[in-house]
Amino acid sequence: MDAKRADKLMTGVLYAVAGLIIIILASLLGYILWQGLPHISWHFLTSPAKSFEAGGGIGIQLFNSFYLLLLAMLISVPLSLGAGIYLAEYARNNWLTDVVRTAIEILSSLPSVVVGLFGFLVFVLQFQFGFSILSGALALTMFNLPLLTRNVEDALRSVSFDQREAGLALGLSRWETVTHIVIPSALPGIITGMILGAGRVFGEAAALIYTAGQSAPALNFGDWNPLHVASPLNIFRPAETLAVHIWKINSEGIQPDAAAVSAGASAVLIIAVLAFNLLARWLGNRIYRKVTAA
Amino acid sequence: MQNYSLDDIYIRDFDPATEEIAIDTKNIRVFYGDKEAIHDVSLPFERYKITALIGASGSGKSTFLRSLNRMNDNIEGSRVTGQIMYRDIDINAKNVDVYEMRKHIGMVFQRPNPFAKSIYDNITFAPRRFGEHRKAVLDELVETSLKQAALWDQVKDDLHQSGLALSGGQQQRLCIARAIAMKPDVLLMDEPASALDPISTSTVEDTLLALKDQYTIIIVTHNMQQAARISDYTAFFYGGKALEYDETRKIFTRPKIKATDDYVSGHFG
Ligand SMILES: Nc1ncnc2c1ncn2[C@@H]1O[C@H](COP(=O)(O)OP(=O)(O)OP(=O)(O)O)[C@@H](O)[C@H]1O
Ligand SMILES: [Mg+2]
Repeated sequence: MDAKRADKLMTGVLYAVAGLIIIILASLLGYILWQGLPHISWHFLTSPAKSFEAGGGIGIQLFNSFYLLLLAMLISVPLSLGAGIYLAEYARNNWLTDVVRTAIEILSSLPSVVVGLFGFLVFVLQFQFGFSILSGALALTMFNLPLLTRNVEDALRSVSFDQREAGLALGLSRWETVTHIVIPSALPGIITGMILGAGRVFGEAAALIYTAGQSAPALNFGDWNPLHVASPLNIFRPAETLAVHIWKINSEGIQPDAAAVSAGASAVLIIAVLAFNLLARWLGNRIYRKVTAA
Repeated sequence: MQNYSLDDIYIRDFDPATEEIAIDTKNIRVFYGDKEAIHDVSLPFERYKITALIGASGSGKSTFLRSLNRMNDNIEGSRVTGQIMYRDIDINAKNVDVYEMRKHIGMVFQRPNPFAKSIYDNITFAPRRFGEHRKAVLDELVETSLKQAALWDQVKDDLHQSGLALSGGQQQRLCIARAIAMKPDVLLMDEPASALDPISTSTVEDTLLALKDQYTIIIVTHNMQQAARISDYTAFFYGGKALEYDETRKIFTRPKIKATDDYVSGHFG
């Protein structure tokens, strides 16, 4: 067989493999949306869940998911920025940074159930935070932090060394060079990574089952004092999220319309995660274009 | 490949009474890890003159040049010993404010490295960091430094386009403008014209000749004609040593060292 034909054949094989993956993905997405979309209504999105009767919604779970996401990102974004900047810009290559990098690597490959159980033992029991938003947010941080740190470090490292030299040669300090030259160049990558991380966190269930809990007590959306028990902002209340809700309905749901609620909730979850991904790409491209060819 | 002796050396004597020295290097050695890349080089650089550093690839020109504003500090495992006297201060000493020093000793690199910012911001970024915020002054600075770098006419209509959107040669001239805008005392240039077409090269050369009134320029170049055209002094590097250092005219007509002679006449190696 000559090179040209071999080339053609292999190109064909690669197209077939890629096509297969796309078909699987598309049919999966299509199926979930097909099943779920008819159940989605304003009522479904805003009303509380029901345990025994039909007609429950996912309002509280949806709010919990976003609130937990917000808190988890509030903790993990600054931490990962600090750690990533340190590792990429300041850390010398020695055994200590090797240990830190290896630790991050291992942490980022921990199964989320393990992170959840760790959170249960430490945050829920040891620190007595109970099943709460706080425990959940901390567990999500554990789950998210290593990946975000890696992402920040990689994004910073992808900025050429020449850029740092340019800044330093003008008499700028290292910190000024990092904050005003390197970080702006790395921003598209950093932001894309953060949003993808948010999508991952949003869809996470296993790390939350034993930390944020599996119940969604009624909330009073007129009371925004974080110290009140029924306030949506209270961080010490249990908070079942959308992903956990789906898991729970499917494992022990006894509502007559359990299948429909599960399908609707899954569709909402998928749409949200998709939205995070699309947003990440769009924003990343936009910022990239802005910094390279204004 | 012929090997030349590292002991046959000729370094011109400068008369401090009539020839003011801007930077005086003494016994410079540069190490990368355990490897010594520059072996005991001592060269004075006269003020308001252009000095060219020439020599084959790997002879240590960049390494030596980068030690003059301590850019080697940022390379892990690199170490520079010896004295670099600038205005009666040894800027190679530990306690020197490196950042302050670099405002006086600017640098243009071999590879163009504009910031991912607009042309205007590329030039005004550092001056603004150092406290110059008057718009009129900054505008003026942008215009004069771009003119000096022979880039003004090509970019004056869109100073807010990204520096990265320029061609390689234009980017390099932007980097030159950026360095000039800091009004340094000494300008170090590492093959600044290697990415330029002949026309921009000659514009940049004219620029350097014009800048000579106010700046001391040390330039690494592979281009013999360029060294001959613009420089007052030339140092020939070989194997991590400066083998010969003299007035450019003498280096190119009557070199005292065999290696230099072979190199400038193209019979090297
Ligand atoms: N970062 C580095 N780490 C280790 N060795 C280096 C480093 N930079 C340069 N060297 C070594 O130091 C020696 C001198 O290199 P240098 O870059 O100064 O040469 P040069 O004269 O500028 O060459 P060229 O004309 O190719 O730019 C070479 O042997 C090179 O391998
Ligand atoms: Mg070089």
